Formats: sequence, structure tokens, C-alpha cells
Amino acid sequence: MNGHERFNLTARVLHWTMAPLIVAMLFVGVGMVASVANRPWLIDLHRPLGIAILVLVVVRLVNRLRHRPPPLPADLPRWQVLAALASHWLLYALMLAMPLAGWAMLSAGGYPIVLFGGVHLPAIAPQDPALYAWLRDAHGWAARLLFATVLLHVAAALFHAWVRRDGVFGSMARFGRRD
Amino acid sequence: MHEPDPPSLPTDPDVPAAPPPVDASPAAVPDESAPPGSPNPAPALLGIGAIVLAAAGALAWTAGWIGGGLTAQRMTDAIEAIGAPHPGFRRAHAKGVCVYGTFRANGAAVALSSARVFAQKETPVLGRFSIAGGDPHGADAKARVRSLALLLRTDDGQEWRTAMNSFPFFPVATPEGFHAQSLASAPDPKTGKPDPAKLAAFVAQYPEVKKFQAWAASAPWSNSWGNTEYNGVNAFVFTAADGSARYVRWSMRPQLPFAPLESAQRDQADADFLADDLNARLIAAPLAWDMVLTIAAPGDAVNDASQAWPDDRERVVAGTLELTRAEPQASGRCRDVNYDPLILPTGIAGSDDPILAARSAVYSQSFNRREREIAHGRAPEATGRGGAQ
Ligand code: HEM
Ligand code: HEM
Ligand code: HEM
Repeated sequence: MNGHERFNLTARVLHWTMAPLIVAMLFVGVGMVASVANRPWLIDLHRPLGIAILVLVVVRLVNRLRHRPPPLPADLPRWQVLAALASHWLLYALMLAMPLAGWAMLSAGGYPIVLFGGVHLPAIAPQDPALYAWLRDAHGWAARLLFATVLLHVAAALFHAWVRRDGVFGSMARFGRRD
Repeated sequence: MHEPDPPSLPTDPDVPAAPPPVDASPAAVPDESAPPGSPNPAPALLGIGAIVLAAAGALAWTAGWIGGGLTAQRMTDAIEAIGAPHPGFRRAHAKGVCVYGTFRANGAAVALSSARVFAQKETPVLGRFSIAGGDPHGADAKARVRSLALLLRTDDGQEWRTAMNSFPFFPVATPEGFHAQSLASAPDPKTGKPDPAKLAAFVAQYPEVKKFQAWAASAPWSNSWGNTEYNGVNAFVFTAADGSARYVRWSMRPQLPFAPLESAQRDQADADFLADDLNARLIAAPLAWDMVLTIAAPGDAVNDASQAWPDDRERVVAGTLELTRAEPQASGRCRDVNYDPLILPTGIAGSDDPILAARSAVYSQSFNRREREIAHGRAPEATGRGGAQ
């Protein structure tokens, strides 16, 4: 069992910075769409936080492609290895797609893309109702898929930590000494 | 820069802080002969299941999928239930026309707000006249409330969107009141008309609406969109470059003098007389309004649009709106615009009037629904690609 290597520091710091941000964004997103009282401050948070995630995930992907992650335990069943691989790449894809879809959807809907104060982003898509509707639905369904994948991912991480106790959790969660 | 992959460590407990691992103490694992790493997994699995379920439940609750609270979706559903479906049209103020023009600031409001629109000489305007109600074929002369929505985009890229009505104050103070009004206005399946008992119960619960009913019964009707005054009704916070802040409500005061539309004329008016009148007037000359900012005095209601401010409040004319051209909404640029009242430039911010937050959420629902209908080709009439238009 080769379970005691770790993700490099950049990967670990980014993972634990982004994990709460992304979970928060999912709650902020569904909350601002439903709430009759809290939408103004939630959407003011949603846009800049989403764009921050976009920047962070680009850094994270570059780091990921340049540093191989620690190997999974040799005794891990093959389907679990494949599931881990597939779910991690799905998470990366969704982390990248969600903010891009949000930005493009506001562009297609003819909305100004306000970050804070007078700071705006340019439109990245033409104003068009069909494109808007498609992107709006994509943003909503991709968010549901992201949430489901995160739940599965957390369940798997805790399974490694509490049931298999094979060092996989620590490969992402262990900080301190030897960095 | 490149951190070397750390070599393997000897046994390093690999356990998150909480909850405790299933074999945290020997007492928890009676079967000491079990090999390490394979204790009874049941408590851990239950814990994991509980965490996943709790997270999913929390999201479903936040999204309003479980729990019966008031949501933007439910408010929009209730508005839709008042009349027949009209795919691709706005769920309220469905009947209208696009208008184009210019706002010319006179500089007087620069002392009140740092928004560029008050300093820039000319700002292009994309607007929309409408009548209240969800029916795109509603008779103009039956609509007690008329409306003007504006989108002003300044050269710094900032936008100010506003949707104003011809009433001087809103019927209710809260989104709950608006929702109750929608529910009470839905037709009774037996009579096809709203249930008078439900309407009476609504008025009893939200007595502020009596003021509005008195206004609706007594205020004179004008005979044109062009000589009607439009009021923003909600209060906003204006912040000047020097940091000073004030509560402000705005109105568009027509330069055209008021001319009445008497009850006998209303009975005879063509269903589309407002658009016909507008087109005829714009061919002859542009129409103009003064933008009037009214500044709250201490003690004025700044979070309750159902209460008018006294007439003697300080007013500042910020500039002139001139409209020059109209176009049917099916082909005009205003069709695919959400006049969300909280799309504001720096220097103007929403107050904590609960109606404003609710409007922003409900307009987005309405916009999403109608754009989806247009996208899926289910709105031939709203896009002018069907028969009757
Ligand atoms: C990781 C990034 C993001 C996540 C996880 C996320 C998540 C969500 C979720 C869960 C919703 C509610 C969907 C629904 O109820 O159908 C939502 C809606 C929305 N998001 Fe995002 N989002 C992200 C990035 C962005 C970005 C970058 C923008 C814009 C710059 C954006 C703009 C919006 C808007 C405008 C809405 C819907 C508003 C409405 O229709 O009323 N999102 N988002
Ligand atoms: C909040 C609870 C979370 C826990 C306990 C957790 C735990 C872990 C662990 C233990 C790993 C290492 C797995 C391995 O070696 O294969 C990992 C990897 C990863 N996590 Fe999380 N995670 C959490 C949240 C998230 C969230 C919200 C996201 C993003 C949506 C995310 C994205 C990822 C990705 C993409 C990897 C793969 C890294 C790689 O192989 O490049 N995690 N996580
Ligand atoms: C909670 C209270 C309110 C609700 C739920 C509500 C609901 C709506 C909805 C669903 C639309 C259609 C939006 C779209 O599809 O783009 C709309 C449009 C409109 N509303 Fe409201 N409204 C409220 C309060 C007000 C107030 C206070 C005013 C004015 C002072 C107002 C003026 C307008 C105008 C002028 C339009 C038409 C805008 C356009 O031309 O696109 N509404 N409203």
C-alpha cells in the first residue's frame, strides 16, 4: 500500500481553498434564485466568487498537469480507481465550465457583468435569447451534476479516511512538517 | 518552485479531526483479532450516509424544493395563474412597445450621485411602454396602470435599469402582500372571476391596499402614454462623489400637458389606442419627460413603497428624457431585456425595501421562462413569427 505520499502543497492549498468556495457557490446559487429577500447580496457575491473560482481552477489545472498526483493504493479495486479518475476529471471540468457558463449566460441575456463597484467584465457571447436559455439551463443542470459529484467525492474521501484508512485522505488533507 | 514529491513516510495516522475513526479506541473494536484497517465499518458508513443526506437536504431546503416558504418561483406561478398562458411574453406588463431615445443630464444631480448618467451629456435609452397585466391583448382603456421601463447605458459601461408605473405608490408594502393579491386575483374555476370573498380577505389582511383602491377610483386617466407621469415608487440610495448619501425616489414628469380620457371615451377607445397614439405623436415630434428626483426627509418611509412621501419634499430635476422612435416589441430590442430594478450603476443602490429584492428575483424567473419559450420555438406570437401580430 503506497498511501503516504501527498499532493504537492499548491494542490492541497488550492483544493482546500476551493472546496468551501464551491460548496458555498452551490448554496448561494440556488438560494439567490429562490429567495425573495436575499437575492441582491447573494448575486453580488455569486459573480465575483465565481470568477475567482475560474482563475483558481486555471492555476490548479496547470499545477495538476505539471505534477503527477500520488498513486492510489495498489490494492484499490480497479473500478474504484476508474471511478476516482473519472470523478476527479469531471470535477475539474465542472469547476471550469460553471463559471464560464455563468459569464457567457449573462452576456447572452444582455446583462451587465458586474464584479464589484464599477468593475465590469466584457461580454463573451452575443446577446441572443436561444443561447441565453440554453446556457441558463446548462448552468442549472451542471450545478446539480456538480453537487451530486461533490457528494459522491466527499463520501469516497471519508470512506478512505474512516473505513479503508489507506492514506488517500491524508494525501490531500495532511499539512505541516516536511513541506 | 517545484516541490519535490515527498517520499513515503512510515505509519502516519491518516484520520480527519471528526467524527472519530471507527476504531478510535480498543473498546470500540471488541474483535481485536480483526486485521488493522478492517474494523466494523457500519458506524463509519452510517456517518458518511448521514453527512451526504444532510448536505443534500440543506441544498434542497435552500433551493425551496422542500419546505413551503415563499419563493420567487411560487410568486411567479401565482402571477401566471391569474390568466391564460402567453408563451414568450412577460408574466406581467405583457402588452407593450419598445421605444428609443436619449437622456440628457443637466448636471444638477451630480451633487446627489456619482453615477455617470448624471454627468454624461447624452445617454442612449432603450425603453418600453406597457400596460399592467399579464394579457398581451388586454384593452388599453381597461388598464388602470401604465408603465415605462428604461435602460440607460453610459460610456463607462454601467447600466441603470428602471421599471416605473403611473401610480404614485404601490398597493402593498411587502412581497407577501403582493403574493396574497395574486392568489386572491386568480379566477375561481366556477365563475371564471376572482372570488369576492378571497379579495375581501386580502384587503382585510393588507389594509394599505385601500389607499391604492381610492387612488384607482379617483385619479384622472390621461389619454396617452406621452402625457402620463411614471413613478419609480421604491426608494434608492444615492451616494455622491463626496460620500454623502440620501434616500431618493424618481419620477418621469411629462412635458406634454395632461389631457384626460373620460369614462365615455374609454368605453369607445380602440383596444390598442395607446400604441396608435404613440406612433402618431412620434411621427410628428419627439416626446419628453423631466427626470425628477425626490429626496427623503428624516422619518419618511424608505423601505415601504406603499407610502407616498409628502408633497413638499425637495425635488431635483436631473435632466430630460427624449423618446424619438417606437417599434413593436416582437421585433424590438426591448423584448429580450429584463428591466430588473436592481441593475444599477455605482452611485445608486437599492434600499432595503423588501419589494425591490423580490422584484429582482421574480423578474428573473419571468425572464428565464419567456426566453426559454422563445428559444424552444414555443412563442411564435411573441416573436412575430406566427399568425396574428
Ligand atoms: C463554480 C462556479 C459557479 C457555481 C458553482 C454556480 C452555481 C450556481 C447555481 C447552483 C445556480 C442556481 C441554478 C438554478 O437554480 O437553476 C446559479 C445561478 C446563477 N449563476 Fe452561477 N455558479 C457559478 C459561477 C457563476 C458565474 C461566474 C456567474 C456570472 C459571472 C454566475 C451567474 C449566475 C447567475 C446569473 C445565475 C442565475 C440567476 C437567475 O436565473 O436568476 N455563476 N449558479
Ligand atoms: C468538502 C469535502 C472534501 C473532501 C473531504 C475532499 C477530499 C479529497 C481527497 C481526499 C482527495 C484525494 C483523492 C485522491 O488521491 O485520489 C481529493 C481530490 C480531489 N478533490 Fe476533493 N474533497 C472535498 C471537496 C472537494 C470539492 C468541493 C471539489 C471540487 C468541486 C473537490 C475536487 C477535487 C479534485 C478535482 C480532486 C482530484 C485531485 C487530482 O487528482 O488532481 N474536492 N479530495
Ligand atoms: C413584488 C412586487 C412586484 C412583482 C412580483 C412584480 C412582477 C413583475 C413581473 C413578473 C414582470 C415581468 C418581468 C419580465 O418578464 O421582464 C414585471 C414587469 C414590470 N413591473 Fe413589476 N412587479 C412588482 C412590483 C413592481 C413595482 C413596484 C413597479 C413600479 C413601480 C413595477 C413595474 C413594472 C414594470 C414597468 C414592468 C414592465 C417592465 C418591462 O417593460 O419589461 N413592478 N413585474
